[in-house]
Amino acid sequence: MSQAKVPAWVNIALIPFLNIMLAFLVSGLVILAIGENPIEAASYLIYGAFGYDEGVGYTLYYATNLIFTGLAVSVAFKGGLFNIGGEGQAYIGGLGVGLVCLALDKTMPFYVIAPLAIIGAGVFGAAWAYVPAYLQARRGSHIVITTIMFNFIASSLMVYLIVNWLKEDGRMAPNSRTFEENAWLPYLHEFLSPLGIDIGDSPLNFAFVIALICCVLVWALLWHTRWGYQLRTLGTNPTAAKYAGIDTSKVTIWAMLISGGLAGFVGLNEIMGVNHSLLLNFTAGYGFAGIAVSLMGRNHPVGIIMAAILFGALYQGGAELAFEIPTITPEIVVVIQGLVILFSGALEHMFKDRIEGFFIRRSVA
Amino acid sequence: MTNKTTPYAIELRDISKRFGAVQANKDICLQVPAGTIHGIIGENGAGKSTLMSIIYGFYEADTGFIEVDGKRVDIRSSQDAINAGIGMVHQHFMLVENFTVLENVILGAEGGAILKGGIDTARVELQRLAQEYSLDIDVDAIVEELPVGLQQRVEILKALYRGARILILDEPTGVLTPQEADHLFRILKALKEQGVTVLLITHKLREIMASTDNISVMRQGQMVAHRETAHTDKEELAELMVGKKVRLTVDKDDAKPSGTFLSARNLSQFDSQGVKRLKNVSLELRAGEILGIAGVSGNGQSELLNVLAGIEPMSEGEIHIAGQVITAKAPKDAAEMRELKMAHVPEDRHKMGLVTGFEAYEAAVLGYHNSPVYNGKILMHRKVMIDECNERMAAWDVRPPNPHLKTANFSGGNQQKIVIAREVEQNPDILLIGQPTRGVDIGAIENIHEQIVKLRDSGKAILLVSVELDEIMALSDRILVMFDGAVVGELDAKDADERTLGLMMANAYNDEEVSA
Repeated sequence: MSQAKVPAWVNIALIPFLNIMLAFLVSGLVILAIGENPIEAASYLIYGAFGYDEGVGYTLYYATNLIFTGLAVSVAFKGGLFNIGGEGQAYIGGLGVGLVCLALDKTMPFYVIAPLAIIGAGVFGAAWAYVPAYLQARRGSHIVITTIMFNFIASSLMVYLIVNWLKEDGRMAPNSRTFEENAWLPYLHEFLSPLGIDIGDSPLNFAFVIALICCVLVWALLWHTRWGYQLRTLGTNPTAAKYAGIDTSKVTIWAMLISGGLAGFVGLNEIMGVNHSLLLNFTAGYGFAGIAVSLMGRNHPVGIIMAAILFGALYQGGAELAFEIPTITPEIVVVIQGLVILFSGALEHMFKDRIEGFFIRRSVA
Repeated sequence: MTNKTTPYAIELRDISKRFGAVQANKDICLQVPAGTIHGIIGENGAGKSTLMSIIYGFYEADTGFIEVDGKRVDIRSSQDAINAGIGMVHQHFMLVENFTVLENVILGAEGGAILKGGIDTARVELQRLAQEYSLDIDVDAIVEELPVGLQQRVEILKALYRGARILILDEPTGVLTPQEADHLFRILKALKEQGVTVLLITHKLREIMASTDNISVMRQGQMVAHRETAHTDKEELAELMVGKKVRLTVDKDDAKPSGTFLSARNLSQFDSQGVKRLKNVSLELRAGEILGIAGVSGNGQSELLNVLAGIEPMSEGEIHIAGQVITAKAPKDAAEMRELKMAHVPEDRHKMGLVTGFEAYEAAVLGYHNSPVYNGKILMHRKVMIDECNERMAAWDVRPPNPHLKTANFSGGNQQKIVIAREVEQNPDILLIGQPTRGVDIGAIENIHEQIVKLRDSGKAILLVSVELDEIMALSDRILVMFDGAVVGELDAKDADERTLGLMMANAYNDEEVSA
């Protein structure tokens, strides 16, 4: 009765690899169609992302945001919830960070501000996820719809707050004042260059370390705590969760709180790490890209780190590519990113059955 | 009415269908003369629904073929079936609830991009059909506002509108009141007089005796008998349905029941549509006794188990357990019931008892994951769980004894052992156990049965729900029979025989007594 088994590496490595290769193949055709050489374009892209010190720093800086939002999506997804609201939760998380920094940077030292800012990011992000979570758990409103709505609300709220309340007087741009330096997350190049590692003058900052710590914590939470056990039970078999006496509403709400908090940490990287002031639209679609990162990373922290670095490389290498070959506009770069999302996210199962079938037949024979 | 001797309206030749290891249909032959009402009966899981799905093109048969009016037809989709003149009324209606009757009827046969023309022709045609078959209905009514009986009539009209000459009805009276059911049978008679052939699938003997011309009986995927309704009786049909299976024997002494662990009074439950699924069920679970619940599946047994286990809330009634009273107003959830020393092996281990994506050691703590044994301050004690899983796998002979294997990759019997071991090893006072040997191979069945008797002898109270009569008769000390959500009979196991139980399960026992 034992079922034929597909080797684990097929699902974890081979299928994602094939999907990405197909995405790059189609991207190559697009570049060919606009009259450029795909090989040359690819080499610029790879060089831009990994070829020189600062490029690597930028790639990892982008990846930091994507790790946070990817983890956010995966925690919710493990509980069977599709949190599309990462964008809004990240935005409001940034507000939490900004308020802490603006309130304390003139009076408090860094080691007081930093933990409070982390709490601020998490609590604000979680609070923004709480309303959709409550509506799903207690009223049955679909979380996909409510989280999308909350992205729009977050966007309007931030415009209102920054333009009317937080904008620095006398400034043309809708930004808050720049924080004092004791409210900045340290850049990693400050730590790494004494060690002989050069990442140039890139914006990669301490938030990247926080992102890696979050990966470990999420891994432990999901696979080694009682709560994670309940969450995974709920996500894979809600009937069994009820049978096991799991309080499904409570688990649902907590999953969304944690998810929202993780998305909120994007604010640490962007507001406290790079921009050093509260500004509009700093989330730049990372919340949505996190869905693709999570899907591609199979909702596992290790996979999410790898997928986040891939997407970070596409952001950074794509910028380099658009710079080096003028006919390849930033829009074409967006097309390439879109193709990767399409093939590794939306069309994830395109090869799955056939490849698994191949390995099952082989193991039977 | 034309009544030619041949050919048959529909004829099945050697239809077989297999799903994985399950042979759902085996060499099915069936001949249905035109203009007759033909009943097909059998227990749940006998393969009736699979067979009808093959006729209607939802599944393709592995072997065999179908003839309609003597011509072989190739049915690969429901559209092919409709083209061949076959219509189907499903047990659960396939209607768009917020459309009108008319809109529902033309669905899929709109007759062009602009609706107007199609609607006008349909209106005329429906009037004709309504007259011809006395199927009166307000064609502009919104479907969800109609009573269930009329919704079913819409389904029938839909089939007729598509030119169906053969109409299949799957458990048509399951959702109807007795009056609505009577009306349905009058409609079927009218259809028959107009030359329509009706295939009626049900497990209710009384209905089939009252309304059909011929009857075919299915059991375990095979067609076991064909009878003319006039020349058979309920008793014979019940026996054919249940069959004379090889008698399972379990060595056990007489029960020595002592105290009462649980007593339930007038338990009732309404589902979300307001239908009463559980009707005033009272029972007592006594230490050292196995109480068997017999019944065709879907007659309230699942609801009873779920209400007792705290998975579904009760609507009325009360449960006395361990000095506490549980009512609709003061409910307890599944975790709280476990604390009162009640364990539950659910009927469906895939849907409820296990998380098939989990490794065995994880599934082996489901429901007991809050126990301090498995938990540290923050992290779960993975090693404790794995060690314990290893021990239990050895003690219960689970194969392969690998705590890291995905639960889905164990065979049915081994999955069931994982569930039963999990529940029994908690040393409960009360064990609820549903379909303990469903999908389990013969060797494991014996083993599981021995364990259940052993538990009884150690003074536990056991509630056994099974659709297998043999199992109920072999294990139970007392038997309750459920039908349509209510307990319709209680027997001492010593007085039970298949005939009596079969008739009680079809709720025909009392009729039989009267007519005899």
